[in-house]
Amino acid sequence: MKKHVTPLATVPAGKKVRIVSLAGGRGMYARLASMGLVPGSEIEVIGRGAPGPFIATAGNCHLAIGTGMAQKIMVSENGK
Amino acid sequence: MEAKIALTGNPNSGKTTLFNELTGARQHVGNYPGVTVEKKEGTYIHNGDKIHVVDLPGTYSLTAYSEEEVVARDFLVNENPDVVIDIVDAANLERNLYLAIQFLEMGVPVCIALNMIDAAKSRGVEINAERLSTLLGNPVIPTIARTGKGKKELITAAVKMAQERERKDPLKISYGDDLDEAILEMEKAIKTSNFLTDTYQARWVALKYLENDKQILSKGKGINPSVSARLEEIVEKVSLHLQRTLNIYPEAMIADQRYGYINSIIKQGVIQHKYDQNRLYTSDKIDKVVTNRFLGPIIMIAVLIALYQFTFTYSEVPVGWFESFFGWLGDTASAHLPDGLLKSLVVSGVIDGVGGVLGFVPLIMFMFLGIALLEDSGYLARVAFMLDRVFRTFGLHGSSVMAYIVSGGIAGGCAVPGVMATRTLKSPRERLATLLTVPFMSCGAKLPVFVLLIAAFFAKNEATIMLAITLISWAGALLVAKFLRVTIIKGESTPFVMELPPYRLPTFKGLAIHTWERTWQYIKKAGTVILGISIILWAMMTFPGLPGSRVQEFDNMRETVKVAAGETAVRELEASREETKLSGQSEALQNQLIIIDGKEAEEGLRNSVAGRMGIALEGVSKWAGFDWRTNIALVGGFAAKEVVVSTLGTAYSLGEVDPEETGSLSETLANTPGWSPLVALSLIIFTVFYAPCFVTVVMIVRESGSWKWGVFSMAFNTVLALVLATLVFQIGSIMGILVS
Repeated sequence: MKKHVTPLATVPAGKKVRIVSLAGGRGMYARLASMGLVPGSEIEVIGRGAPGPFIATAGNCHLAIGTGMAQKIMVSENGK
Repeated sequence: MEAKIALTGNPNSGKTTLFNELTGARQHVGNYPGVTVEKKEGTYIHNGDKIHVVDLPGTYSLTAYSEEEVVARDFLVNENPDVVIDIVDAANLERNLYLAIQFLEMGVPVCIALNMIDAAKSRGVEINAERLSTLLGNPVIPTIARTGKGKKELITAAVKMAQERERKDPLKISYGDDLDEAILEMEKAIKTSNFLTDTYQARWVALKYLENDKQILSKGKGINPSVSARLEEIVEKVSLHLQRTLNIYPEAMIADQRYGYINSIIKQGVIQHKYDQNRLYTSDKIDKVVTNRFLGPIIMIAVLIALYQFTFTYSEVPVGWFESFFGWLGDTASAHLPDGLLKSLVVSGVIDGVGGVLGFVPLIMFMFLGIALLEDSGYLARVAFMLDRVFRTFGLHGSSVMAYIVSGGIAGGCAVPGVMATRTLKSPRERLATLLTVPFMSCGAKLPVFVLLIAAFFAKNEATIMLAITLISWAGALLVAKFLRVTIIKGESTPFVMELPPYRLPTFKGLAIHTWERTWQYIKKAGTVILGISIILWAMMTFPGLPGSRVQEFDNMRETVKVAAGETAVRELEASREETKLSGQSEALQNQLIIIDGKEAEEGLRNSVAGRMGIALEGVSKWAGFDWRTNIALVGGFAAKEVVVSTLGTAYSLGEVDPEETGSLSETLANTPGWSPLVALSLIIFTVFYAPCFVTVVMIVRESGSWKWGVFSMAFNTVLALVLATLVFQIGSIMGILVS
C-alpha cells in the first residue's frame, strides 16, 4: 500500500508519525540528523504551531520546530 | 601527573552540571579567541593529581554548522586533550551517541559518561553500560551529575585512559559501497601528498570533504589547491551518482549510516524499554499549561515582570550600600586630600567613575541570578519558543526578548547586563543584531533625563509621555535590528529547531556558580578598562582649566561679596555645618557664593576640552535644537547617562545637581529662552537613540569580540539619533507645534 506522505506542518497535535524524507537544503539535513530527526525516526506532535513553532517529541526529547522547517519535513502516518 | 580532560556532549545532557560538580568554584571563564563562544576551564584534584578540565561548548555534531561545533573540534585537534569525556543523556541514547561516534571517528580517546541514568530509569529505559562499553571498545560509566554519583568512577576511568595513552585507530564505519570506494580513493590522494595530515587523519579529511564541510574545504584550498580540486572532483562524481540512484546527498547518506551503526550496537542487548512510552511526564504536563496559546503569553508576561521586579526591587538595598560606601570614600578622600587637581582626579575621576560602575554589581548579580533560575529550570527555552514568531519578523530570535527586557524594555533596566544576557542566544547573527540594539531601551540612567524634561515641559502628561518613550525605544530597536539584518549583518535566519529541555529544579550550586562567574567578569572589567576611560573623561571635562587671571577674578568677586556682607556673617558661615540654621545675612552670603562658584564651574566647563567639543558641535546640533550646554551634557552622558543631568546643572551654573532632585533645574530650563517643549522632545528622542554609555560599549566590544562593533554602535547610534532629533525639531518648527 502506498504511504500517504504529508509535511509535518499539516499534522494535528497528538498524532504519531514517521519521518520519510527531509526536503530542505544540504545544511539542514545534517543539522536535523544531529538532533535525531532522520528518515525512519518516529516523532509525535505535542503542540501545533502556526503561528509559532511546533513542539514534537523524538525519542525522549522535546524539540521546537519552526513552521517553515515543519513544511520541509515529510512524514507518513505510522504503521501504514 | 597532570592530565587535561575535555568535557563534551549534547546541549542539555548535564555537561555543565558535571563540570560544576567537578570543579566547583575553581573555574575560569573566558572566550575562545575571536569568537563569542564561552570557554570554561577548571581544576579537579583526584588522588593528589591535578586535573585540568575544559568544558567544551555543547554540540549535537561536529560539522562546521555552528561556531560551537568548530570551536569544539578545533580544540580537540589543536590542544590534544589526554581524554575526552563525552556526557551522554541516557534517556536519549541514540541521538547522543551520534556525537560520540564522531569523536571515535576522529580517533580521540573517549570516555563516556552515561548521565541521568535515574531519569532514564524512571522513563522505563534500562541501559547495560558494560555491554555498551564492550561494543564501543571504550569505557562507559553510569553517572548522575546532579548528585555527583559516579563522579569518582568516571574520573578514575578517564585518568586511567590518560595514563595508558594508548591511541586507538579511528573508528571506521561502512558508508555503503559507493562512499566507501570514494573514501578509499580520497585517502590515497590525501596520504600521498600529505594533505592536511599533520593535523587531521586522512579518512576524517575525506569524510569532511564528502560532508561539504566549509572549514576543512577552505583550509584545504589554502594549503594545496590542486589536491583539494582533485578531492572535490571525486566528491562531485560520487555525489552525482548518489543523487541519480538514491536521490540523496553524501552527507545525508553519512548521517543515515551513522545512525545505522548506532542502531546495530544498541540492538545488541544494550537498551531495554521497560514499559509503555506513552505516559505523560511531568514536563509535558507543565508544558500543556505553560505553552498554551492563551495562558502561555499571560504566564510569560507575569514571569518576566516578576524577574524584573525581583532584580530592581531587591537589588536596591545592596546598590544603596555600594553607593553610600563610595559616597563615604569620596567624602573621606575630599576631607584628607589638599584642594587641587589630585583631589579632583581621585574624587571625580577615580572614585566617582569606578564607584558608578561597581555600583551596578548588585544589580548585575540579581539579574544573572534571575536569568540563571529561568535558564537552569528550562523555562527560558519556552520563552524563546513562544516569542520566536514575533522576533523572527525582525531578523532576531525568540531568545532576544530577555536581553531587551533586562536593558530597559520595561523602563528602568540596564544595557550592561542586557548585552551580557545575549549570551543565551546561540546564533551569531541574531545575537549581534540583538546586542547592538539593546542600548535603545530606556535604561535606569536615562530615566532622570526623561523625568527632568517631562517635569519641565510636559508636566501634565507625565505617564503618557513615559509610555510613548518606551514604545518608541522598542519600535526603534526592532526596526534598527531589521535594518541591520538586511544590510550589514545580512544572512538567512538560523532555521528554528531547538531542544526544549525537561523542566528541572535548579541546584543551588549551579545557580551560585553561574551568577558569580558572570558578575566576576564584570568586576574585573571595571577595575581595568573602565578605570582608564573614567580618567580620560574626567580629564576632558577638567582641562585646560581657566587661566589664572580668570580664577583670580572669581576669587576677587568672592572677596568683594564677603567684605560687603561683613565679618560676622563670614565667620558664621565658615563655622557653620551643613545642618546649622543660618541667619538671614549669612544665608544671603552663602547664596551669593554659590552663584559665583556656579559661574566659575560653568566657565571652566565651557573652557574644557569637552566644552570646546560642545561648542564645536553646535554647528551640527543646532539643527536638532541643542546649544553648547546640551552638547556638553550629552558628551558627558557617554560616561553614564545620569551625567547628562548633573552636567546640564553645571552648564547652567547651578553647581552640583543631584539627579534625584531636579526641581530647580527643570524650572531653569522651562524659563530659559531657546528651550521649548519641542527642544525637549528632540532631546528625548536623541537620548533614546544616541551612543550607549561607555560601560555598555566596552561590553559590546567584549561580547562581539571586536572593537569594530563598539565603534559602530557609537557612530551609528549617534548619527541615527541626530537624524531623528533633527527631523522632530525641523518638522515641529515648520509646523509650529510645541514651539512655546
